[in-house]
Amino acid sequence: MKLSIYRYDPDKDAKPYMKDYDVQLEHSDRMLLDALVKLKSMDDSVAFRRSCREGVCGSDAININGKNGLACITKVADLPEHVTLRPLPGMPVIRDLIVDMTQFFKQYESIKPYVVNHDAPPERERLQSPDEREELNGLYECILCACCSTSCPSFWWNPDKFVGPAGLLQAYRFIADTRDQETAARLDNLEDPYRLFRCHTIMNCVDVCPKNLNPTRAIGKIKELMVKRSV
Amino acid sequence: MSLGLPVRKFDAIVVGAGGSGMRAALELARADLKVAVLTKVFPTRSHTVAAQGGIAAPLANSTEDNWHWHMYDTVKGSDYLGDQDAIEYMCRRANEVVVELEHMGMPFDRLENGKIYQRPFGGHTQDYGSSKMAMRSCAAADRTGHAMLHTLYQQNVRTNTQFFVEWMALDLIRDPQDGAVLGVTALEMETGEVYMFQAKATLLATGGSGRIFYASTNAFINTGDGLGMAARAGFPLEDMEFYQFHPTGVYGAGVLITEGVRGEGGYLLNKDGERFMERYAPNAKDLASRDVVSRAMTTEIKEGRGCGPDKDHVMLKLDHLGPEVINHRLPGIREISIKFANADPIRDLVPVVPTVHYQMGGIPANYMGRVVAPEGNNNESIVPGFFAAGECACVSVHGANRLGTNSLLDLVVFGKSSGEQMTKDIRSLPAPHRTLPRDAGDYTRSRLARLDANAAGERVVDVLNDLRRAMQAHCGVFRFPDDLILGVQKIKEISARAGRTFITDKSKVFNTARVEALELDNLVETAMATIVSAEARKESRGAQARADFPNRDDKNWMKHTLWYKEANRLAYKPVHLKPMTVESFEPKVRTY
Repeated sequence: MKLSIYRYDPDKDAKPYMKDYDVQLEHSDRMLLDALVKLKSMDDSVAFRRSCREGVCGSDAININGKNGLACITKVADLPEHVTLRPLPGMPVIRDLIVDMTQFFKQYESIKPYVVNHDAPPERERLQSPDEREELNGLYECILCACCSTSCPSFWWNPDKFVGPAGLLQAYRFIADTRDQETAARLDNLEDPYRLFRCHTIMNCVDVCPKNLNPTRAIGKIKELMVKRSV
Repeated sequence: MSLGLPVRKFDAIVVGAGGSGMRAALELARADLKVAVLTKVFPTRSHTVAAQGGIAAPLANSTEDNWHWHMYDTVKGSDYLGDQDAIEYMCRRANEVVVELEHMGMPFDRLENGKIYQRPFGGHTQDYGSSKMAMRSCAAADRTGHAMLHTLYQQNVRTNTQFFVEWMALDLIRDPQDGAVLGVTALEMETGEVYMFQAKATLLATGGSGRIFYASTNAFINTGDGLGMAARAGFPLEDMEFYQFHPTGVYGAGVLITEGVRGEGGYLLNKDGERFMERYAPNAKDLASRDVVSRAMTTEIKEGRGCGPDKDHVMLKLDHLGPEVINHRLPGIREISIKFANADPIRDLVPVVPTVHYQMGGIPANYMGRVVAPEGNNNESIVPGFFAAGECACVSVHGANRLGTNSLLDLVVFGKSSGEQMTKDIRSLPAPHRTLPRDAGDYTRSRLARLDANAAGERVVDVLNDLRRAMQAHCGVFRFPDDLILGVQKIKEISARAGRTFITDKSKVFNTARVEALELDNLVETAMATIVSAEARKESRGAQARADFPNRDDKNWMKHTLWYKEANRLAYKPVHLKPMTVESFEPKVRTY
């Protein structure tokens, strides 16, 4: 397999460059991450993040032939012989395939990602019907890999002002939770020309999400709630 | 006086941001203490995220249940090596900590009446081991760890806990006067800078070390960092021979398939299509304890009844559960099976094989999270300022074999109790920090200097792969005396090679080659502890199954192993057979 990889080490490189590698894969190297690990055994200076290698931790999001995805669940067999790997677009690059995700997490934190309930906690669990719980499906499973937000032109343009699809998906996750009592404040928090409304339903987020989640739909539901409360 | 490394001072340091680290951090942050959480990866990337099937608590939402039954199952599951006081403590706090998680917003699945959904799990029974299984595993589909870890992170966002993300702790700093732990040295990966973190209480919550084996369900980050740090600082590691093989790792990939699939009604088949667990565990069948099921599978394979061209795995059958159950309760498993085994469990059998999963041993700690080590006549002398919780600790609630869903419970119960105890300790100590020894940080600097200086030597990846292959070959599901002796020899050679590693990448910036070289040091300590302890224990108990000593030997071996790095010295200490308030559970022959 031929890998072209974006290389940049600010400690020694004046500017980024692409470097080509030939990686001999074995039968057991099924995923793109296996190929990267093999490559690292040839050249230990190639830097990338990885952990769970099964698509649940969100570490190894990269841009694979122009499309964001997780290396650990991207099958080599589904890729062409020549693969170009770049860091997630629109983020400051720390080194090689490793980007600075500070702004992404800042936006996530800005939506107050926790259930707020002012009633005294009961002795046992708060009750929630299976249907109410069902509302959280497709929302809580987000792994914060940033594939979506870094494929969104609105997020590229205004990463400091637009919450982005990942953050908004979580904003809706807490609005949708029957245990949360802060819907009004959550909507206020997004009532702004940028934070929510910079989503122009381009749907790149839906296209790339490795967990098959749908931030655009969640954003649509928040917009609906905004309209409803204004009439 | 120049200490050489910059110092940052906190009330408390937590190393690791998985379930136990973040539960402890929450307790400390809520107490308004100044806490630093150091983590190699962004908190939600910690390996707790990969836990699937559930967290144990006798909420009795679907079947009658109580903590006494849970305690009995845990003691029996531990093959009577677990400390019964700690087990009682954990089981009695289970409902409290799980209900708290729910209040924090954790998205548990629900029953029609709105209560938390619970499913059966291996070894969890009603009425002290009757043939009726208890529905005790509180689940969020098959993503319970993900749901729990994100919830705990979210709560720490709320409390504004200070995280040092992508900082790798390297070594403990001790006070030469009384051995107290004063903090850690740590590497900021982005800049390559090394700092000393000083605190009045330091908690290691660094997780397991499954990467010492070739085939493991564990993430790349599970390199036993806390264990390596403790061992290098002179502390013993307890019961490291007990390493759990999970029955259902995806064949060839090692990725975990939760025991929850068997809780939902799935079962295992050999090449003849026989549900072979009926022969090994007539009552619990596929829901026997993990050690029992893994041995049964390995026996089937050894006796020629494995599946596939090489007859080297067995099959997991789920298709009879129907698409509704699979899509609703086991969606993650379906995803994993399709991606990693090319098998859709709605239609196909899934090839599985016992795969290394969990380390029952660890840094010896009591149920308040305090690290304890022998001193004089006291087997369990408290080490001032030093705490351990989660998989890196040995409390010991899991003894020789952990029950499924007790690991997540362990994380939150002992994460919380550690946080509580650290808070009390910090508040009772005088305001100023102790003075750091003059040579604090020198050891860490020498490790880094060696890596910076070496231009030739052993390649990290070669040493690592040899280590993992040796452990896989010499310390497996069934253990043979000659293999173990040879294995100890091999790991000693590998350990010597690990002292001569070099890296070509000398960059200061996010140098992952350096990180992997430092991780190797920790893996070597953990592997050595495991195989030396395994070779020495002349009995079979829980996860340790020796061909030459096939039976449990309570007379000689009902005791905890303590391994010391220095000269591979071994010591032993008695099991706590006396619970806190109830009668002891006497050892019995263990059948399921």
